[in-house]
Amino acid sequence: MAILELSRISKNFGAIRALTDVSLTLNAGEVVGLMGDNGAGKSTLVKIIAGNYPPSSGTMTMLGRPVHFHKPSDARREGIEIVYQDLALCDNLTAAENVFLGRELMRGFGPVRWIDYPTMFQRAGELFAELKSETRPRDLVRRMSGGQRQAVAIARTRLSDPKVVLMDEPTAAISVRQVAEVLSLIRRLREHGIAVILISHRMPDVFAVADRVVVLRRGEKVADKAIAHSSPEEVTGLITGALMAA
Amino acid sequence: MEVSLEQAIDKRVHHHWFSWLVGQQTFWVSMAAVVAFVALTLASDVFATQQNLFNVARNFAFVAIIAIGMTAVIVTGGIDLSVGAVLVLSGMVIGMTMNAGMSIWLAVPLALGAALAVGAFNGVLIAYVGVPPFVVTLGMLSIARSLAMVLSNNRMVYSFGPDQPALLALGGGFMELALPLVDPIRIPNPLVFLLVVLALASLAFRWTRWGRYLFAIGGNERAAIVTGVPVKVMKVSVYMVSALCAGIAGILEVGWLGTITTGLGQGMELTVIAASVIGGANLSGGIGTALGAVIGAALIEVIRNSLTLLGISTFWQGTFVGSFIVIAVLFDRLRSRNTNE
Repeated sequence: MAILELSRISKNFGAIRALTDVSLTLNAGEVVGLMGDNGAGKSTLVKIIAGNYPPSSGTMTMLGRPVHFHKPSDARREGIEIVYQDLALCDNLTAAENVFLGRELMRGFGPVRWIDYPTMFQRAGELFAELKSETRPRDLVRRMSGGQRQAVAIARTRLSDPKVVLMDEPTAAISVRQVAEVLSLIRRLREHGIAVILISHRMPDVFAVADRVVVLRRGEKVADKAIAHSSPEEVTGLITGALMAA
Repeated sequence: MEVSLEQAIDKRVHHHWFSWLVGQQTFWVSMAAVVAFVALTLASDVFATQQNLFNVARNFAFVAIIAIGMTAVIVTGGIDLSVGAVLVLSGMVIGMTMNAGMSIWLAVPLALGAALAVGAFNGVLIAYVGVPPFVVTLGMLSIARSLAMVLSNNRMVYSFGPDQPALLALGGGFMELALPLVDPIRIPNPLVFLLVVLALASLAFRWTRWGRYLFAIGGNERAAIVTGVPVKVMKVSVYMVSALCAGIAGILEVGWLGTITTGLGQGMELTVIAASVIGGANLSGGIGTALGAVIGAALIEVIRNSLTLLGISTFWQGTFVGSFIVIAVLFDRLRSRNTNE
């Protein structure tokens, strides 16, 4: 059964139609590359899945059950996690504190409770090890490389055992070596049976890691096919409109 | 090279406690305070007397209590310019109500309640309406002092009803600390309150969600929002804490002075902010400690006191304090440049 199923999702902002009848099925352990030009509706679609705003029409189901998100925490509760383009990290906090931000582990007796740093460091260390990242839980994020920051942001999504991870342009602003690191992080997520939506402009990254590519153009889905049966040339044509559909 | 999990977890940014220590602005400011202390002890016969130290300790306690609250605000990336006005408002509420014969047990909660109400008002405008903290608290600086004037008709209040001795003891009294071999040390009550506030704030900053969220908001407010930190509630609470600290200091200061006029605490916000900044709080948010604020306040008071004792015109005070602010921030800038490269 599909983990996440979008059916005929549309979104209007006043007179502007940002999305028209977009349907999308996402299975466990699948990486879907979501591509499209600026203004094609990628971020609108992502924000609907993430619960930032509801669709104007259409339905969403998770594991066959209809879901309605009114705020991001609703989506999070259903197991949808987001890695934001800017990663949403606090530079002045440690890696472990960032991983647990908003979900700190507490310990204590009765009403007297305090933050359980040892367990947080331990758990964050395990997550980084699982992601095969060299990130250290006690390091300040300020001192980290782009790849390590990505690991922190991704480790954060792993905390809650998510079903779906949305990644917004994770490779947009980092070095080549770090891109390879991030792509392997995405493969780790897939190994854990997590469905990943990878929003990206970078064709090589999508073709390196995704199983399927979905192309949006002017708010409509113009392609949804296996990477194996597509090519960068075809996808470029679909994005720009040189090819009408595939 | 393969690094085991345990090694990775145990590995710290700072390899040695000493290198960690010298990296702290609080450490250097403490050193400056100690050097000033020793130099003054040698330069002046009066400085190290118990009476003078008693006065220094009491005087800086008022600023230091407020500076702890201010540091919490600054850590979130905000600023609270209304603390001096809240101090006089709280002082005037306790003064007027006790002058009218009210028990201190009612007057203190009323005064603190007035301070908290001002803080809540600041916080709601900042967090929910989105007015910049500088503007809101600048307005409140004017409003709260004006309310204190309205409340007292701008009179001086010097009689505090049946509970007057209790109020005077609260702010002007002291605790005796018996030590072996030396005379008992008298600790002024404001200093006792300061130590309690310092301990609570230090624990809260490090060990509670509330404290960590202050730092998260100051570090990256958007990140705090998307990770589910209740940013708006946090902001209201931090301005209430700042106002509460000012309210406590107001009550203590009235008790010490035995009188209150509406001029009390005028311009104090700048000294308080100076204490926080000298103590390592970063005005762009995300960095600051309660202990640093206290040491910053102590350093300012030691400078002030020493100028008086050494017979230097007090007009120089601003130059010294101002230089310290600039030097402290400059030092921090140089240090962070070194560690980033």
